[in-house]
Amino acid sequence: MAHNGESKPKFAMYWAASCGGCEIAVLNTHELILEVDANFDVVFWPVAMDAKYHDVEAMDDGSITLCLFNGAIRNDENEEMAHLLRRKSQLLVAFGSCASEGCIPGLANLYSKQTMLDTAFSTITTDNPGAVRPIIAYDMPEGRIEILRTLDQVVKVDYSMPGCPPESHQIAAVVRLVIDALHGNAALPPRGAVIGAGDSTVCDECRRTRSEKTITEFRRMATFQPDPVQCLLEQGILCSGMATRSGCDARCPSANMPCIGCYGPAAGVVDQGARMMSAVASVIGGNDPKEIRAIMRGIADPAGTFYRFSLPSSLLRHAKV
Amino acid sequence: MIPANSDDVRIGVYVCQCGSNIGSVVDCEGVAAWAGENLPHVAVARENKFMCSSLGQEMIEKDIRELGLNRVVVAACSPHLHEATFRGACQRAGLNPFLFDMVSIREQVSWVNTDKGIATEKAKALISGGVRRVAHNEPLDPITVKIDPNVLVVGGGIAGIQAALEIADAGYHVYLVEREPSLGGHMAQFDKTFPTLDCSACILTPKMFTAGNHKNITLLTYSEVEKVDGYIGNFTVRIRQKARKLNTATCTGCGLCEEKCPKKVIDDVFEAGLGYRKAIYRPFPQAVPKYPVIDTENCTYFQRGTCKVCQKFCPTGAIDFGQEDEVLTVNVGNIILATGFDLFDCRRIPQYGYGRLANVFTSLEFERLSNAAGPTGGKVVLRDGVSVPQTVCIVHCAGSRDRNYNKYCSAICCMQSLKFAHLVKERTGARVYNCYIDIRTPAKAYDEFYQHIIEEGIIFVRGKVAEVTDAVRLAGEEGKLIVQVEDTLVGKQRRIPVDMVILSAGLEPRYDAKEVGKLFGISCSMDGWFIERHPKLDPVATMTDGIFIAGSCQGPKDIPAAVAQGAAAAARVQGLISRREITLEPVRAQVDEAKCSGCRICNTMCPFNAISFRADPTRPGGGVTEINPALCQGCGTCVAACPAGAIRGTHFTDEQIMAQIEGVLLRNPAREHAVEKEAVYA
Repeated sequence: MAHNGESKPKFAMYWAASCGGCEIAVLNTHELILEVDANFDVVFWPVAMDAKYHDVEAMDDGSITLCLFNGAIRNDENEEMAHLLRRKSQLLVAFGSCASEGCIPGLANLYSKQTMLDTAFSTITTDNPGAVRPIIAYDMPEGRIEILRTLDQVVKVDYSMPGCPPESHQIAAVVRLVIDALHGNAALPPRGAVIGAGDSTVCDECRRTRSEKTITEFRRMATFQPDPVQCLLEQGILCSGMATRSGCDARCPSANMPCIGCYGPAAGVVDQGARMMSAVASVIGGNDPKEIRAIMRGIADPAGTFYRFSLPSSLLRHAKV
Repeated sequence: MIPANSDDVRIGVYVCQCGSNIGSVVDCEGVAAWAGENLPHVAVARENKFMCSSLGQEMIEKDIRELGLNRVVVAACSPHLHEATFRGACQRAGLNPFLFDMVSIREQVSWVNTDKGIATEKAKALISGGVRRVAHNEPLDPITVKIDPNVLVVGGGIAGIQAALEIADAGYHVYLVEREPSLGGHMAQFDKTFPTLDCSACILTPKMFTAGNHKNITLLTYSEVEKVDGYIGNFTVRIRQKARKLNTATCTGCGLCEEKCPKKVIDDVFEAGLGYRKAIYRPFPQAVPKYPVIDTENCTYFQRGTCKVCQKFCPTGAIDFGQEDEVLTVNVGNIILATGFDLFDCRRIPQYGYGRLANVFTSLEFERLSNAAGPTGGKVVLRDGVSVPQTVCIVHCAGSRDRNYNKYCSAICCMQSLKFAHLVKERTGARVYNCYIDIRTPAKAYDEFYQHIIEEGIIFVRGKVAEVTDAVRLAGEEGKLIVQVEDTLVGKQRRIPVDMVILSAGLEPRYDAKEVGKLFGISCSMDGWFIERHPKLDPVATMTDGIFIAGSCQGPKDIPAAVAQGAAAAARVQGLISRREITLEPVRAQVDEAKCSGCRICNTMCPFNAISFRADPTRPGGGVTEINPALCQGCGTCVAACPAGAIRGTHFTDEQIMAQIEGVLLRNPAREHAVEKEAVYA
């Protein structure tokens, strides 16, 4: 990568439809953030510094060396920024689960716009005395509300980095790699690769003991204290570790909590939820359809469980509503 | 290996008209032209009247050589029919046969659609799927496996005996498993056989004896198969040999125990409920093997703890009350199922009165009644055991050709009824009526037999019997059974008073045919009969390699047909044995060890026990899963189950399947998702 010694390479980070957790994860790299500052000019990072969209528009195309784009594409504003930053960036990274797979906001793809807005603006938990609603009958500057898309469904991305949010040690490793590459000390992975994660699954990093599985009852965390050593799935807890890309050091199972799948599908897998369902269905005990149905009823919110992070990037993408 | 999206992929598409089979419904020319213009990587697209003809095959070979094709798609009939044909054509031209893909536009399109427009569009969609899939196909090498020359034959009726003898005579070892205590099956219950009226026992018992004493046959009677593992050439079968409660090594078959046993039991199986047997018994005198069994449910000793009369009288001390079932495991290369049929239960037709009206008999009851070794010594008498019937009516199609019971024709009932008519006439001189729907006597010498029976003075009434009743309405009906039937040739209702009615019961699949099919990995038709590989061209093979079927388990059959099938199945098996090894489809599951995290989801999945877990303490998961390629049958269960995508189904990879689905769904390139994506990337 061309690196002019006089002016530092430029860094940008943007949030589209996201919660802000990815930004915090970047800050969680602690002193590494100083290295970012030492090696890059931070030209655009709304959460950390003031900048206007027209400042970005004024930049030369391809002038941003590294852009970490987090958040999914929910509306026109998100989409416009995706195209803008694509144009301005040499390396556009789909950063975090929302940008890579759609994540939690993507579960709204199961519902109609109307239902989604009702839920967001008019439930009992919402303080909205004026019943203010976004106007969706017109193309507003804020944008159309459409199904949620991942970044790579809108623009071509150079790398994807999974995680909700990505683990700080993985962010640190990726930033170091880019810095090293800029100094000519390392090669960047091939374009299109998933970075900041492993290639196998969370089970590969999980230290729990496992044996042949037959599930006769699904149980939820709130109802009992799971054994800290045995595989959680074998204890009837829907742990997504087996269908989720490695890279987090199995943090949740290590803390006696099931993996919820935030690192997305394993390498080469198209549909994490389908894989998960197929695997779980394979180990449900019983031969009698009634008995099997009774076991299956123990799965609370199947769509939200199996597709918690990956609905918009799955084969399903969204419900037909 | 050329990558799927490479410009070097050159696909030939061939659309077959199959005469008018496809051509009359699908616009084959249009489809071929469309494929050539619109589908990616298609170097040539042609149509032909018969792609399977040598001209069709040569066309493919020529194109491969001259146009440098490296993938071939043929849209024609089902892969079951001609996949091998076209793979062969590819191979002859130097192309790996697995770079070929077949699209069914006959079974899946032209035979199931009448609208030409829709059919043509569907053909295009399927071909689009095939073309996209074949781009991802990889060259594969077939797997060869050795064939174990030992054979398992299940069922000791005439079909099974014939099959076992043929194979044993050829010098190969046979395990012949029979559920009942003796060989013989239904044929052993008959007195005479149609159309020659020769004695059933006279022609059957020599075969039974030979089978029982053949050096190449291990006879396992009173035994059932419990588990079958493996695949063609290498099956492992677990057989439970039920305890006879006597030691066959010392038993001489003298029959003294049977004679002395104080407990009489109604024999519902062999004597069809007409006679008795003892609690220790042989089903019939010529039983093979000659050893009796103790029926523990009826034996006084087993029920009350005292008696032991058999033990006291046995001259060789063979009785062993403590004997347990034996479980043995045998290895065989091929399996023949000849599990036979069950008789239709005539109680299901209440208006025929069986079970309610004493002198209504089933066909099997009559077989025993007319059998010289039967409960009456061959005397045809009424249920009271003494009265000789003066008039007898034989009711055809009881439970067959009837939408309330079985729609099919049981094939043997006409001839069996004619035989009964003859035997009744011969033994009693009674007036005999045959009430039939149609007389079906198509086989060799069968119609001559029918003509002969007519000449004997048997009365034929063409009509389906409505009712058999003892409710008297007219004079002369007192004390008789009245057969109510419409004589359709005369166009009149008739009430025929008779002394005896014989219901010519149909044949039904064994009550447990479905479970047995599952055990051996084969399927049953809607009616419940085992399904053959092809109804005309492959009648004794099944869709599972190495499993053959013979006799009435495949559908109702008379003795000659059952024997022919037994011999045919044996010939098929011998053909396989003499090849010593066979090539199998290299469609197998493979584990990518780098991706396997040892989650063990798949470990219990494999129906062929090909999956094992290799402990490896250096891995966090404690090990990896392995698949034995010799045991794997490529069913794909584990491939679907693997949450990590670490198991790959050769020839059915995710890429191939997804490409095919995309092809089918997005047939119109203008609407292509891919195009949309490219535009985004630009």
